[in-house]
Amino acid sequence: MAGELYKKPIMFAVVATVVILIGTIVTMFYPMFTEGMHPRLENLKPYTALQLAGKDIYMREGCNNCHTQTVRPLKTEVMRYGEYSKAGEFAYDRPFLWGSKRTGPDLARIGGKYPDAWHYKHFENPQAFFAQSNMPKYGWLQNGKLATAEMEAHMKVNGFPYSKEEIADLASKTELDALVAYMQAIGSAVPRMAAQAAAVAMTEEKNPLEGDKDAHERGEDIYERDCESCHGDDGKGGIGPSLRDNIWLNKEGDISDGRIYEIIANGTANGMPPYAGQLDKDKIWSLVSYIRHEQRKSK
Amino acid sequence: MNDYQYDHQTVKGFIISSIFWGVVGILIGLWISIQMWKPELNIPPFFTFGRLRVVHTNGLAFGLGIGAIFGISYYIVMRLTKRPLLFPKLARFHLYLFNAAIALAALSLFAGMNQTLEYAELEWPLDIGVVILWVIFAVNVFGTIIKRKEEQMYISLWYVIATVIAVAVLYIVNNLAVPAGLTKSYSLFAGVNSANVQWWYGHNAVGFVFTTPILAMFYYFLPKSTGLPIYSHRLSIIAFWSLVFAYLWTGAHHLVYTPLPDWIQTLGIVFTLFLIAPSWGSVINGYYTVGSDWNKMQTNYLTKFFILGITFYGLQTVQGPTQAIRVVSQLIHYTDWVPGHVHMGTMGWVTMTTAASIYYIIPKIYGTEIYSIKVANIHFWLVLIGQLMFSITMWITGIQQGALWKATNPDGSLKYTFMEGLVKNYPFWQLRTIAGVIFTVGMLFFIYNIYMTIRKGKALAASRA
Repeated sequence: MAGELYKKPIMFAVVATVVILIGTIVTMFYPMFTEGMHPRLENLKPYTALQLAGKDIYMREGCNNCHTQTVRPLKTEVMRYGEYSKAGEFAYDRPFLWGSKRTGPDLARIGGKYPDAWHYKHFENPQAFFAQSNMPKYGWLQNGKLATAEMEAHMKVNGFPYSKEEIADLASKTELDALVAYMQAIGSAVPRMAAQAAAVAMTEEKNPLEGDKDAHERGEDIYERDCESCHGDDGKGGIGPSLRDNIWLNKEGDISDGRIYEIIANGTANGMPPYAGQLDKDKIWSLVSYIRHEQRKSK
Repeated sequence: MNDYQYDHQTVKGFIISSIFWGVVGILIGLWISIQMWKPELNIPPFFTFGRLRVVHTNGLAFGLGIGAIFGISYYIVMRLTKRPLLFPKLARFHLYLFNAAIALAALSLFAGMNQTLEYAELEWPLDIGVVILWVIFAVNVFGTIIKRKEEQMYISLWYVIATVIAVAVLYIVNNLAVPAGLTKSYSLFAGVNSANVQWWYGHNAVGFVFTTPILAMFYYFLPKSTGLPIYSHRLSIIAFWSLVFAYLWTGAHHLVYTPLPDWIQTLGIVFTLFLIAPSWGSVINGYYTVGSDWNKMQTNYLTKFFILGITFYGLQTVQGPTQAIRVVSQLIHYTDWVPGHVHMGTMGWVTMTTAASIYYIIPKIYGTEIYSIKVANIHFWLVLIGQLMFSITMWITGIQQGALWKATNPDGSLKYTFMEGLVKNYPFWQLRTIAGVIFTVGMLFFIYNIYMTIRKGKALAASRA
């Protein structure tokens, strides 16, 4: 009886279709009609025209081939990148841009991590920040103009609200402007993690490495790797402020070693990323030693 | 022998086209493998890694893979139905349209027209082209099978039919999009839901492009070239139905630890583990078939291609389920382990089986023998060494990457910055390029052998005339 199936191609095709559709319906088709597949965080905002233009460029350049946009709920991953990804963050991404390979780091929490100036400089020359980075240069996007009529059509298809002025403004922007605007929008529906701030509070503490003659040299190695691209040679300043003068957090006057430690560990709201997850205590204190050393030199 | 006039021109056309696109895809693969450790080789705007990688994957999956599948499936269908294709002119048109579509696909991907869905990057006008191509294929395959002159449908035909149906469903659903101009569209699906649809598609593209049509070749050409009958018909029935049933449940193993609802992830993992059984059903069937006379490994040069091919299929289908398990996924997901896994399947199983099928077909079409078994053997060993070196290198890199990303100091802080981890990949990535070169040289021996066989065949035909 069953053997007959292999003599009846149409019947065979029908049975095969049904067999193929069972898993399809259960795991793909049915979930589509459940609420769990369409979550949206309350403070998730649709992309602006400039941000969407940036997302289009992200897709065009295939950034997703090297960068993911999902932080998994794993301890070390949350430490490295920030809060793990929530289902409700992606309602405006058609399609999702989670990616499947991390040749470069995850970008789910890149929004707000660095100031715009960092991104411009990094896109132009990633190797200026990380000498051994294998990321291609994208400074050439500066020569690309945004097409206003096209972008208006894109906003409409996505159903995002926009104003005529917003679209007109695009004419004065470059593709690089758009990409940076998109970078800053990624993951912004979830508040940046404040968890580490509580753990690292040591305003009153003294630098335990004081008196250690080599500490500032160890600090210098780390400085050159992680800090120099923003704070310049020997702490003279650049994208980030000078570390040699007497101005801290826009205020005149010196601050304690412990306070410097806190800034490095926790970052600031103005674009200094937190390093507590990446650098252990000894490394951060050696950076403090290095900064003090440079301050003394410049006096 | 030939009672029927088979349409060999179309079969041959597809095979040669697929080899051409294969060369393009492999060379771009080498290029991007160097970009991984030498970023200066990115030449914007058309030749950056982000654009070239999709030309590489699409060129090989659709150009080499689908091209060979079209041609070889037509050959198998004609032989097993004992009649020519029902619509030979349509098949010829199919061939021309295929090449036009692949050429346009490559150009559009260079230009950055990219839906950002992996293995479904082509924008909507080309998607329509692909669907037309598939419909033509389906019409010819079904038409020919319905009008067949051999009552019983052999195993290979089951796999061809399943391929035709599944790919149609997968491709159409995943590419549903709202156009926003001729070269840009936005997916109909958003966020978490789009991720689920994409990997349902993505994993089954592997299932119904890199597995079922290749199994159709395996079940047809292994007995043909060895003269040994398939070991167990019953096993092939069980393996077939359980494979096409289970595959469709497994896509979510690509989304372990993402915001996708947990139950879909778990279901995906469970069915992925189950998939070992039907996969190994075919592996065992292959081994026991040749097991009745292992001498064939020595006396018939094609046997080792098929046996090594099915061995890599077997390893692939154990490694894949292992990766799906959460604790393993944690370590190796997003690392180079995954490309290592994929390339064992494509360079080991798919390419070896397809090449062996072509070695069988081309001399048959020209009524001659293969130009050189020695060259075929050199080809075999080079692609084997190249592929093993490629995969093993990538597995080691992947484990290292995953371990460095997870490593912590005694105080709980991360031990390595992302950069410190990346730098450690460079020597492995360089080794991978060397492995790729070895594999490519192997493929050049294959192409040379096919070219010389065709030349020999043509000279023979001329002398007969």
